[in-house]
Amino acid sequence: MSAKTLRVEGVTRTFPGRGRTAPTLALQPTTVSAAPGEFVAILGPSGCGKSTLLRIVAGLDQPTAGQVLLDAAPVTGPGPDRGMVFQSYTLFPWLTVAQNIRYGLAERGLPEAQQAEIAGRFIARTGLRGFEEHWPKQLSGGMQQRCALARALANDPEILLLDEPFGALDHQTRELMQELLLEIWEADRKTVLFVTHDIDEAIFLSNRVLVMSARPGRIKAEVAVPLPYPRDWTVKTTPEFAALKARLMGEIREEVRKSIAAV
Amino acid sequence: MEPLQPVSPGARVVLGAGFFVVFIAAWGLATYGGWVPPLFLASPGKTLVAGWSLLTEFNFAGDIAITIWRVVGGFLIAALMAVPLGLLMGAFKPIEAFFEPFFSFARYLPASAFIPLLILWAGVGEAQKLSVIVIGSVFQLVIMVTGIAGATRLDLVEAARTLGSRRIAILRRVVIPAAAPQIAETLRLVLGWAWTYVIVAELIGATSGIGHMIMDSQRLLDTGQMIFGIAVIGIIGLVTDLLFKALNRRLFPWAVI
Ligand SMILES: Nc1ncnc2c1ncn2[C@@H]1O[C@H](COP(=O)(O)OP(=O)(O)OP(=O)(O)O)[C@@H](O)[C@H]1O
Ligand SMILES: [Mg+2]
Repeated sequence: MSAKTLRVEGVTRTFPGRGRTAPTLALQPTTVSAAPGEFVAILGPSGCGKSTLLRIVAGLDQPTAGQVLLDAAPVTGPGPDRGMVFQSYTLFPWLTVAQNIRYGLAERGLPEAQQAEIAGRFIARTGLRGFEEHWPKQLSGGMQQRCALARALANDPEILLLDEPFGALDHQTRELMQELLLEIWEADRKTVLFVTHDIDEAIFLSNRVLVMSARPGRIKAEVAVPLPYPRDWTVKTTPEFAALKARLMGEIREEVRKSIAAV
Repeated sequence: MEPLQPVSPGARVVLGAGFFVVFIAAWGLATYGGWVPPLFLASPGKTLVAGWSLLTEFNFAGDIAITIWRVVGGFLIAALMAVPLGLLMGAFKPIEAFFEPFFSFARYLPASAFIPLLILWAGVGEAQKLSVIVIGSVFQLVIMVTGIAGATRLDLVEAARTLGSRRIAILRRVVIPAAAPQIAETLRLVLGWAWTYVIVAELIGATSGIGHMIMDSQRLLDTGQMIFGIAVIGIIGLVTDLLFKALNRRLFPWAVI
């Protein structure tokens, strides 16, 4: 269970132009907060600055203005208290599945036995038993992202930042991964910021959906998801789900149209 | 044959050996067929005979050993200097900015042109031979290792940072393992260059070594001995290359699968 409150306060990001290209305003002043243990989905069209926002929270990128606070402490750089699963596959190719999951534990200098115990637990929870000694190359995309999730979770972060972790997977695998993630979250209640452009995914998983506008991104709407946990896939067939979906589709279609017109 | 389709291991060996056969057959045809006078090019048979006499009468094995020693010594010195520096330069851009312009200049300095100076500084002993190899390979190696380390995937570095790694830990746990297979590949390449430098060094001011033997044979116009000497270098090169490749495959199984 997470204990700290995340506050993103008026965060802006402008990427400087190169040569004669104009600077890109990727993120307009954005304010987001997440209570301890909350699952917040961030929904927006491609290029609206979702990854930029998440990278700033992770400390991998610096805001042009504004700040990110964990309780009262400003975020100045990346740290093990904010675990991240990236949009692309980022397992270390020279480490096996088990070694990848132990990466952060080894960095903290935990004793071998404890590392093995924790890694074993997350290997089991992400359904990777039997693949401990495989190289990342030998895994399917879904397994790689499960391993990346296990690697982030094993580090026991306050906040989990997930940047379209299932974006590259096929529909069926994706749904299974969503259920797996939900199961883990329901048990651990860690604060999650989950970036996606999939409406169903956002509703199915989260307490709250933040809709971002087309670039330059800002939070244009906030939709609470009052569906009770634990949820399973049948929730997707309920009228409540359909109503939320209709509402979010209305919000997002407009933005997608704008972002396509802007290209 | 289809583009980029792999060839079976058996066929690979047969094809690879096949060209050696073609090559030696062409050589035999040129010499035994009388196309090239024996003064310019010895036949395969005469080369083998010359080689046998070199080994049994002139202690050529000693020359081979001393040349291998020089190559390995010079190569190791160059690698021990270049690899750590290249890794630091690749990982930390201010260090790269400091050294890179000078090394880019230095790597165009031809090692063979240093031989007269080196003889002046270090005499004609082993130090001079090793220096030629080191000068010939160290700058190139630094630049190549810098390039490899600098091309470490940024997303992996970022993943490591979100898992709690910083500075030296990133270098040790991400940059070095990510770069290792390609650095090993580069070392294999540079070892090949070290062979050309050692022979150049031995052609001038040496009293032993394969290069020295080749020089001696030239004075006697013994093309058989010269060709045998050159072929020995090639064979040693081929064998070390195969060993290096096998070692790399063993050390970096994750990069091969
Ligand atoms: N390093 C950078 N330099 C310059 N511009 C950048 C950089 N990173 C992102 N941008 C720009 O900022 C905008 C937002 O990018 P971002 O990656 O945050 O979008 P996204 O919402 O994650 O998109 P997607 O859904 O396609 O992943 C884009 O227009 C992009 O071109
Ligand atoms: Mg993105």
